Amino acid sequence: MSTRTGDFPGGLHLDGHKALSSGRAVEAMPVPPVLVFPLHQHIGEPAVPVVEVGERVLAGQLIAQAGDYVSAPVHASTSGRVTAIDKRPVPHPSGLHAECIVVEADGEDREASFEAPGDFDAMDLSALRNRIREAGIVGMGGAGFPTFIKLNPGPQGNIDTVVLNGAECEPYITCDDRLMQERAADVVGGAVVIRHAVGAGRCIIGVEDNKPQAAAALRAAARDGVTVQTVVTRYPAGGEKQLIKILTGREVPSDGLPLNAGVVVQNVATAAAIYQAVGEGRPLMSRVVTVTGPGVAEPRNLEVRLGTPMADVLRHCGADPAAVGAVVVGGSMMGFAIDDVASPVVKTTNCLLVDLAVDDADQPQMPCIRCGACVEVCPQLLLPQQLYWYAKSRDFDKVQDYSLFDCIECGCCNFVCPSHIPLASYFRFAKNEIWAQERERLRADRARERHEFNLARKEQEERERQERHRRKKARLKEPADAAEPADPKKAVVQEALKRAQARKEGLESGTEGTEKRQ
Amino acid sequence: MRAGQGLDVAQGGAPFIPPAKRVRRIMTLVLVALAPGILAYTVLFGWGPLVNITLATASALGFEALMLRIRRRPLGPFLADGSAVVTAVLLALCLPPLAPWWLPVLGSFIAIVGAKQLYGGLGYNPFNPAMAGYAVLLIAFPLELSTWTLPLALQQAPADLAATIAYSLGGAGTGGLDAMTAATPLDRLRTGVGLGEAMTEIRAAPVFGILAGRGWEWVNLAFLGGGVLLVLMRVISWHIPVAVVGSLALISGIAFFLGPNHYPGPLFHLLGGATMLGAFFIATDPVTAATTPSGKLVYGAGIGVLIYAIRAWGGYPDGVAFAVLLMGLTVPLLDTYLRPRIFGARRPRVRDGS
Repeated sequence: MSTRTGDFPGGLHLDGHKALSSGRAVEAMPVPPVLVFPLHQHIGEPAVPVVEVGERVLAGQLIAQAGDYVSAPVHASTSGRVTAIDKRPVPHPSGLHAECIVVEADGEDREASFEAPGDFDAMDLSALRNRIREAGIVGMGGAGFPTFIKLNPGPQGNIDTVVLNGAECEPYITCDDRLMQERAADVVGGAVVIRHAVGAGRCIIGVEDNKPQAAAALRAAARDGVTVQTVVTRYPAGGEKQLIKILTGREVPSDGLPLNAGVVVQNVATAAAIYQAVGEGRPLMSRVVTVTGPGVAEPRNLEVRLGTPMADVLRHCGADPAAVGAVVVGGSMMGFAIDDVASPVVKTTNCLLVDLAVDDADQPQMPCIRCGACVEVCPQLLLPQQLYWYAKSRDFDKVQDYSLFDCIECGCCNFVCPSHIPLASYFRFAKNEIWAQERERLRADRARERHEFNLARKEQEERERQERHRRKKARLKEPADAAEPADPKKAVVQEALKRAQARKEGLESGTEGTEKRQ
Repeated sequence: MRAGQGLDVAQGGAPFIPPAKRVRRIMTLVLVALAPGILAYTVLFGWGPLVNITLATASALGFEALMLRIRRRPLGPFLADGSAVVTAVLLALCLPPLAPWWLPVLGSFIAIVGAKQLYGGLGYNPFNPAMAGYAVLLIAFPLELSTWTLPLALQQAPADLAATIAYSLGGAGTGGLDAMTAATPLDRLRTGVGLGEAMTEIRAAPVFGILAGRGWEWVNLAFLGGGVLLVLMRVISWHIPVAVVGSLALISGIAFFLGPNHYPGPLFHLLGGATMLGAFFIATDPVTAATTPSGKLVYGAGIGVLIYAIRAWGGYPDGVAFAVLLMGLTVPLLDTYLRPRIFGARRPRVRDGS
């Protein structure tokens, strides 16, 4: 199946529920008394704390540095005192606790001094990327991949297009919509920086056509090769591969990255953060969060300091954190429910969805009847019913043969499944199992290599030892051998005889020679 | 326990929006779409089909409940899903209108117990249960399954509801039965062709109507209408019905073109026998049909060709059941090799299916 530019295969027309919060301008939420900064808010290695308990910190001060290349630093988002560095609940599907730096706000909200780096055009590209890295910026659309890595055009440098993702195709979420309306200049400014960093000729901001005000605001602010294009409102138009297809007509290779299609994609909120980091030198300290759902008296869009516990956010929106039902982080299609509202807002928290009434108690999961409804909606053109079959029977070879890893977990298949099978959950499960097996295999390989190396080393040592032994034995034997025929005196006499004979022969040959000459 | 049933798959994961369709809704829509055809069948052929449907449905639900109890599965959701009812109705529609009570009941037993529940119930049966039930009956009781009542218009004294039920339950009131039964148009056609009669002679027989078999043509048109409704409502995809009808039309069209005196035209095949019922309601059974778009086309086309082959050269009243069952054998192969090109891939990723 091929689709024209401007469209993508599959997908769903969903009830957006965006009107709940889309009319609410972004308001700054007050700084909470205690903030919790997880060290791991991004894809990659966790950050490493550089502060100690008891230390005073300022807003924007580095409190944890990147733990590796694929990692991101963490900054305090207000001034205060570090009261603990320990495991706390974090917003993660697993519900596990993870290492966090806890800061008690002092209420003064003093900022560290930031130095603007000046004109980014004049900056060395690697210095520019480093600036973005040091600002702790990661993909704010939800993925959390360290942004500076994606801004490296690579040795080929074949990126010709930057795509800014302003589709916001998930139901309920409106934070990007408001951000694009209210801070269009920042978004466009960030787009210009990104375009410069990767050396691309053009930048297209894709906005779903249900957000005409955002598109108009961006168009008014557009400059320097940045254009705005509205895209069809159909979930998941904001999927990275789908948006690239819509805007450029290119398909990201199934086993490749957007880079392989000459494109780099960034979320609009990430672009705004880049603009702040490069223009003003400010690290990532806050983000816009949509708080919505039936359980919230006043749905709204809030500028929340990173590290603010979700309980405080809910309270601010007129919901009792102790009384609310399920809180979902992210959208209704791809978000995940959290166990503990003490979890903080982190760099990737775009939406808190409270009390979504999903009444499926009377809808038990039924067997798959292979109706193929999932095939029709899969934007990746996969065969979810076959994937499900093999994932369920743990046939992980087959499931990969059916391109499991091309699944973007958009949840369209779940949505249309008449048997109410949580297909995307099965696919996440299968991926995790395969990754676990892969890790296990690598570990086993390493262990085996170590073991084999160890054996080889021992063998080598043994051989060397025997060799030494043999040589030593030989050396001990040698003098004995020599001593047997050689009574030293006799040897000297023989030597003398040999010499005498040689001289004699020499004389004779010499005479011959002279004779001939004569 | 089936492999993987104990998988630790996080329930309550995304998405957090209630799904749109339900198995029960699909089955209900299928039954609604069958209604026009059933109505036409009853109007043109008498009360028999309704009696058969009632018997088959009641016994199918009974067998389903029994098997679910034995297999220790919850009764409620599986009885309410409507799949047993659809199976029973499809089976009953394939039986002769006037049939003894044990034919639909035994057919339901074979379909529900043998072809469905013993394989694991809904979603796990490799063969179309209704067609498996029908095929076993056909092989075991060829006489009973070939004795078809004439359309009411050709009967001397049509049986009313009471007489039909009496016949079904006790074989009573069969005095006039001989006068009511005859070879079906498809049978008549085959016999006629075998005897070397010209097509015009054969078509002059009273069992033939304007387009195809008398009465049958309207029943088929009614099933076609219901089937198109299902496609428009996106309950079934267009691939299988179009492929069945298309391939049957093509092959019978070629035969008709080459020998119009010996072969009936495509319309006769399309509106004769169980063609439309088979194309839109039987071949589209999702559990046993191919599941990829191209696989569905091949599956449907195969059924169309087999229907023609069995009708033209076989010894059975119609070819739909065996065509569906035979093509059902190819489904695993079709599903493995006829996969769509995935997003971002240059070619469909087909590797060996081992």
